[in-house]
Amino acid sequence: MIRVGDAARAPEFPDAARSALANTQLRRNVRHATDIIRGKRGLVVAEMDDWQALRDAGSRIKAHVLEHLDTYLTRFEENCTRAGGQVHWAADADEANRIVIDIIRAHGQSEVIKVKTMTSDETRLNRALEAVGIAPYETDLADLIIQLGNDRPSHIVVPALHRNRAEIREIFLRGMHLTELGREPEDLTTAARGFLREKFLRVPVGFSGANFLVADTGGVCVVESEGNARMCLTLPRVLITMAGIEKVVPTFQDLEVFLQLLPRSATGERMNPYNTLWTGITPGDGPREFHIVLLDNGRTRVLADAQARETLHCIRCAACLNACPVYRQTGGHAYGSIYSGPIGAILTPQLQGMEHSQSLPYASSLCGACYEVCPVKINIPEILIHLRRRIVEEQGPYLERLAMKGAALAFADPRWFRCAQTIGRFLQRPFERDGYVRTAPGPMAAWTSTRDLPAMPRQSFRQWWAARGAPRA
Amino acid sequence: MLIDLFITCYNDTLFPETGKAVVTVLERLGHQVEFREAQTCCGQMHFNTGYAAEALPLMRRTIDVFRGSGPICVPSASCVSMMRDHYPSLAAEAEDPALQAGVEAFLARVYEFSELLVDKLQVTDVGATFPHKVTLHTSCHSLRSLHLADQPVRLLQAVRGLEFVALPHHDECCGFGGTFAVKNAEVSTAMGLEKVRSIQDTGASVCAAGDNSCLMQIGGLLHRQGAAVRCLHLAEILAAREAGANLPVLRQAQGRPERSRGTPEGGSHPIASSAER
Repeated sequence: MIRVGDAARAPEFPDAARSALANTQLRRNVRHATDIIRGKRGLVVAEMDDWQALRDAGSRIKAHVLEHLDTYLTRFEENCTRAGGQVHWAADADEANRIVIDIIRAHGQSEVIKVKTMTSDETRLNRALEAVGIAPYETDLADLIIQLGNDRPSHIVVPALHRNRAEIREIFLRGMHLTELGREPEDLTTAARGFLREKFLRVPVGFSGANFLVADTGGVCVVESEGNARMCLTLPRVLITMAGIEKVVPTFQDLEVFLQLLPRSATGERMNPYNTLWTGITPGDGPREFHIVLLDNGRTRVLADAQARETLHCIRCAACLNACPVYRQTGGHAYGSIYSGPIGAILTPQLQGMEHSQSLPYASSLCGACYEVCPVKINIPEILIHLRRRIVEEQGPYLERLAMKGAALAFADPRWFRCAQTIGRFLQRPFERDGYVRTAPGPMAAWTSTRDLPAMPRQSFRQWWAARGAPRA
Repeated sequence: MLIDLFITCYNDTLFPETGKAVVTVLERLGHQVEFREAQTCCGQMHFNTGYAAEALPLMRRTIDVFRGSGPICVPSASCVSMMRDHYPSLAAEAEDPALQAGVEAFLARVYEFSELLVDKLQVTDVGATFPHKVTLHTSCHSLRSLHLADQPVRLLQAVRGLEFVALPHHDECCGFGGTFAVKNAEVSTAMGLEKVRSIQDTGASVCAAGDNSCLMQIGGLLHRQGAAVRCLHLAEILAAREAGANLPVLRQAQGRPERSRGTPEGGSHPIASSAER
């Protein structure tokens, strides 16, 4: 079954957003964190003379890969296999989870250390593992906070962005069964280090995601800030990586483009502190067994829609989240998916199927801030409109359709338009006071619940023009 | 020069003073203005909400109405962005070469109001006087679609008596977003309230913009709060002349029953507030 976490059961965006907006602490945390990342990104992007050229290159490479995805994936498979890796193909979430569980069981293990993986959130791997008695330990600091707090990630790069330090301290105290814990960042990281080191050294199976798959070498690249992924990728005897099929790039040299675009866009750093690259297995160095699960889970469905295919360019930098005025108000949970913000609004409905998540393509004012910062030039506003169109064409809400058809009819002829203006002026009479409508009926009630609506003046422009008899051409 | 006016449907219906002000400014500069009464709507609302099938005939109508026109002045950046960003693809999709050619010829003549003045007519001083402290809301479409630079600012700075004050976080969306403002009213309001705070922090008594759609959002919030800040389309400020003794009241005036019915020319002044007198 194709699945994006629990998105199929998520509440509609406007409803979820309402509860997020009521949480002032969450909004403060989100605003504070996104402001910091945006500021840092702005500085390191501004210092690049060739930033726009890099974006073009990133976009072109991704478009090229998507045109020839079959070629590059099989090339990756050949080269990875030749280097000692074992490649598995998973059509959907359940198949991917089954593959991972089988590998862990084949080694007789009941624990796995995990890092840097959104695809496994997509497939709900942890739930599947726990159901068969395998304990997953998240080792990325933010993911650890999420796991210990029984929480959901709210940001693509900074999953615990909605939590502040005091909240994290409480989560650690409870989740790590500590009796005392200081309040400084160092105290918290020391606690996490103690908690995680023991697992790094003991658990023999590691699990990760991937930022890039390199077709011409069969190599895999993971970038991170903490070094915990490096531990996860090098210490265990068995390493399992799960990656979406769109993660492949043609050549090692293409990383030059993406390893500039990604850190600057994601964390406002010139380079990620840890860049781990490995190819298959190397005897005497690192894991003795390496498996990679290539996950479709709806991606070929996205690929099939030429007008929305660009969605698969995404390198998960989350610059669009940080720039988005909607995300900055609501945080990520309102999007009902691990993919939140503007990219989530286009990716989740496409992966999950358009019958779900119908409110997501409308969770945007189309301000364009996302497109402006996207390092691989995904025209998110354009795709949002395209998806809205698909929703309308497939069904669309009945009353809205009626209203839109009515409006189209009124605009079809200036006589009808004038007539509609007259009717509007008549209908607004009971609601108008001093040139404003303070309580409107019907769908406009949503407007006047917080805002006054200017009433239609007695004379439209066209009436004024007609009455004016002014100098004409 | 003969200049055609595409007034836009909501300016026609809700904000006629803006259209009148555009006429005033262009005529003051010695141009002839034409309003083709067959025009209605560019199709933006339909298109952006997912109703492309309904937007297509509106685009056709707009192209037909303006066939053979001179430069077309549009006092709305978002309508211009609808035309520039989506008309070509909509026409291509219709597989109608004549329509595509029509769109291309049409777009070559379309100017947003401040573009027309500064870029096409090479004017920044339009002979306006407006002795108030003014800040400028730059709409998302003007910034990220039209890539307007400082045209509106230069126009405002050339106005006599006007004190211009830059708006912090000017590139943040006001939260209007067409049907977004109703479909996601709470988020839209939260975004708008931040914009309103930024505007109030400037100490300006007037917030100007080239899009009445944004101003409907910002002004609607301000008016609900009973705030003293007024919202005015850029054109209405540029149409203003010497402040007369008897100032008619425009949009946003508290507790005043009437809007101005007079033409902007001839000593009338599009703003007055008790706070400023």
